[in-house]
Order: sequence, then C-alpha cells, then structure tokens
Amino acid sequence: MEKIKSIIEVKNLNKSFGSNHVLRDFSMEVVPGESLVILGKSGSGKSVLIKCIINLIVPDSGEIYVLGQNIRELDQDQMDKLRAEVGFLFQSNALYDSMTVRQNLEFPLRRHWTKEMRDLNAQSAVKEALEDVGLGHTIDMMPAELSGGMRKRIALARTLILKPKVILYDEPTTGLDPITAREISELMLQVQEKYKASSIIISHDMNCIRMTSDRVIMLIDGRNYISDTYENLQNVPDPKVREFFD
Amino acid sequence: MIHLIKIDSEFLREVGEIARFTGRFFSEVIKPKQEWEEFINQCFWIGFKTLTLVGITAFIMGLVMTIQSRPTLLEFGAVSMLPAMVSVSLVREIAPVITALICAGKIGSGIGAELGSMRVTEQIDAMEVSGTNPFKYLVVSRVLASTLMVPLLSSLAIAISLYGGYLGVNIRGNVSWHLYWLQSFGALGYGDFIPSLIKTFFFGFAIGIVGCYKGYNSKKGTEGVGRSATSAVIVASLVVFIIDLIAVQVTDLLGLT
Ligand SMILES: Nc1ncnc2c1ncn2[C@@H]1O[C@H](COP(=O)(O)OP(=O)(O)OP(=O)(O)O)[C@@H](O)[C@H]1O
Ligand SMILES: [Mg+2]
Repeated sequence: MEKIKSIIEVKNLNKSFGSNHVLRDFSMEVVPGESLVILGKSGSGKSVLIKCIINLIVPDSGEIYVLGQNIRELDQDQMDKLRAEVGFLFQSNALYDSMTVRQNLEFPLRRHWTKEMRDLNAQSAVKEALEDVGLGHTIDMMPAELSGGMRKRIALARTLILKPKVILYDEPTTGLDPITAREISELMLQVQEKYKASSIIISHDMNCIRMTSDRVIMLIDGRNYISDTYENLQNVPDPKVREFFD
Repeated sequence: MIHLIKIDSEFLREVGEIARFTGRFFSEVIKPKQEWEEFINQCFWIGFKTLTLVGITAFIMGLVMTIQSRPTLLEFGAVSMLPAMVSVSLVREIAPVITALICAGKIGSGIGAELGSMRVTEQIDAMEVSGTNPFKYLVVSRVLASTLMVPLLSSLAIAISLYGGYLGVNIRGNVSWHLYWLQSFGALGYGDFIPSLIKTFFFGFAIGIVGCYKGYNSKKGTEGVGRSATSAVIVASLVVFIIDLIAVQVTDLLGLT
C-alpha cells in the first residue's frame, strides 16, 4: 500500500439533530502513528463525531477520508472492508450479552475471515487478543459476570482481534474508578506500542489524556476550537480552555 | 381537542414507520445469505419460552369451554352436539387467538426488550461496525422464527384443547374416546383448519415485526427499553385482533364457513 499522508481526515463536517446543531464545520486530521485526543464537555458531540467517521451516523455535509478513502463513495462491501481496519471501542462497551467472551471476540471474524481461516486461526487469535488485555481466563464467561473494568478490556480485545490500523476510543475510562482508569490508560499505551495503530481517543479524564495523547483537540461549540499538545494547552489563558484544567 | 389530534398524528406516523420497517424486512429477506443459525436458535428459544404456557392454557380453555357450553345445549336438548360445537370454536378461534396472545405477551415483549437493550447499549451499532448486517442477523431471523413457530404452537394448542374438551365432556356425560373424535372431526372440515392455520402465520409475522420494530427503534436509556417491551405487547395484541377480524371477513367472503 502506498504511504498515506493522513490516517483520518475530516473536512467541514456539519451535523444537526432537528434544531440542535451539534457539529459546525468541524475539521481535523490524524497522521500515521498519532494518538489524538478529542476533549469536550458532555453532549458536545464527541460521540457523534467518531460515529460519523465509521459511518454509523451520516453527516449533513462535509467530507471524511479514512485511510485515504472517501467514505461517502464506498458501497456496503467496501465499507465493511474499511471498517475491519478501524477498531471502535464503544462508550458502553457494547459486548453482546447473550454470548460468551469467546463468541464476542469471534463475532467480527465471521464476516472478515473465511470458514477455513476461522477453523484454523480463530482460537489462537482469540487467545492472543485476550492475553493482550490480561484476561485469558475469562474466555468462557458471560459479559454479565465481569466487572466494569474487565468488560472494558474485553471490549478492547474484541476491537483488537482484526488488528486494526486505527482505533477509535469513545471515553475509555469514563465510569471507572481512578485505579482501574489508570490501568486502562496503561493498557491503551501497550496496545499502541504493540500494534503500531493510530488512534482517536475521546475523553475528559485528564490523567488518561496526559498519559495517552500526542495532541489534543478541543471540541467546543461544535468546532475544532484549538489543537495543541497537552503541555502547551495547560498554559493557554483562554477561559474556555482553562475550564478543563481547573 | 388539540391533544387528540396530536395523538392521532403520532399514531399515523407510527403506522407509517411500521409499514416502512416491514418493507425493509422484505427487501432484506430476498437478499442472499440468511442467518440460518440464528434463525434456528430463535425457533428453539420461542418454543422453549412459550410451550408450557400455551399447553396449559389450551388445555384449560378446552376444558372450560366444554363445561360452560353444556347447560345451554342441555336447554335445547342438544347435548350430543357438545363435542362438535366445542371443537369448531376451539379450532377456528380460541386456540389460535389464545396462542397468538400468549406469544404476543412472551415473544413480543422478549424481542422488544432484547433488541431494545441491544440498541441502547450500542450492541446493534457494534454489529454493524464488525461487518454483520444487524437487520438481517437480528430482525429477519426473529421475524421468520415467529412466523414459523406461532402456527406450530397454535396447532399444538388445538390438539391439546381438543383433548381438554374430551375430558370436559366426560365430567358429566359419558362419551367414549372414539365417539368424541368421531363427532369432533365430523363437524370439522378443511374450511375450519386451513383458514385457522393461515391466519396464525400472519399472527406470527405481526408479533415478530412489532416486537422487532419496537426494540430496534428503542429510545435511549433503560426507560426506553421498558417502554419498547410494553408497547410491543400492546401493539402486537391489538394487531392480532385486527388480523383476526380481517381473516373472518375474508373466509366469509370466500365462502369457507
Ligand atoms: N441519534 C440522535 N438523535 C438525536 N440527537 C442526538 C442523537 N445522538 C446524539 N444526539 C445529540 O447530539 C448531542 C451530542 O451527543 P454526543 O453523544 O455526541 O455527546 P458526547 O459529546 O459524546 O457526550 P458524552 O460525553 O456525554 O458522551 C447531544 O445533544 C445529543 O442529544
Ligand atoms: Mg459520548
């Protein structure tokens, strides 16, 4: 594959729900290997933004390029192929609660691997992904039997199983206690290291952001308000930026 | 008044949405590659969830109908007609409708709650992202399963309720096993069984569609899930009666009575 300049590029994105104008001309870019954090208040449209990136929500206007492809121009089959390269960690984990951990992890394989591939490799792929998140022993448990932190890890394992080139994390540490939140942040770093994936991380957990970010974008009033490193942003006097640090 | 108009337009909007959802079902069902495994799972699940309840209710209905009808027939000196009369109403109406209502309660609410919670916890989105068409995987399989299972359950209910009728006849009277069936089936014809069977397919389809529609379009929050489940039951039961009404008119027009 030819070297692409940006992993994800978003241009002038607009999205409203009725009179609620959530995203206004939002633009951003993720370069290869980068960990980009998107910071914003609750309800500012962070989830809407990354759902637009994988085409779960269709924007009103604007362009989105993922791994060099304009997602508007893809048919369903091409879209599915592209989605296999993009891991998505849902805010609510979205583990299938009628399935065991193993079945949860195997689920993404059913579309992207042939039957023979699955028979041969699924077992070891599931094992590897589970060991990456340190939960090899939970393989035959049901999601309901796991703690919140464990569920988050299993959800991460499920996004890792197809070895994505880019991972989108929707508030990976929200709702977890500070110690577990820290563990998840560390895990994200390890994953970054091992899979060399780029990532977009949505968060308002300052510890997590400090640990994982190469760059931070603040989503305020539906716009890309400011974009800089965490350290630099700390010293910005603008009150809208300061709010997040105080 | 304004309130009433608002409720009315809400109702019409919902009818339109369900029609669209049904249209989507047909356009997905004709595409190749069905989720057969999930379909089989759902068939088992539906059977497992409703079998006992349908069986017990059908038995009691057969028994009670017979006991209740006896005095009236006695007055006209027509007690010998009891097996014939009871079996005709059981086959045509009681067994299919009772089965459908039980299924609306159990399957409709079950599907509504299951898909509803999958919607609010983003599991449906997760399926879509991992390249599985959630409409096909969840909706098509469930609708097909309930379309198949409700007629099967209804046929079973007919058999059990007729047996209940036999016991009911014999509480006061004395009709042999052989004679009971002879009289029952003497009164029953294809014109009773076939329309009854056909309408149960529609019952099953409607229960599946309504349950899936409510769950699939569930609103955010746990409250939304609860509401999906309850309104699935209410709407599905109502649709069952409407279909029943249409069915009786159609069989009447076709002269199958
Ligand atoms: N499907 C939808 N229909 C209507 N409005 C929606 C929908 N999804 C999101 N919204 C609205 O868009 C806005 C942004 O929602 P979003 O979920 O992106 O917030 P968020 O930044 O992720 O917040 P949080 O940190 O709480 O997750 C909210 O006002 C929400 O009500
Ligand atoms: Mg969110």
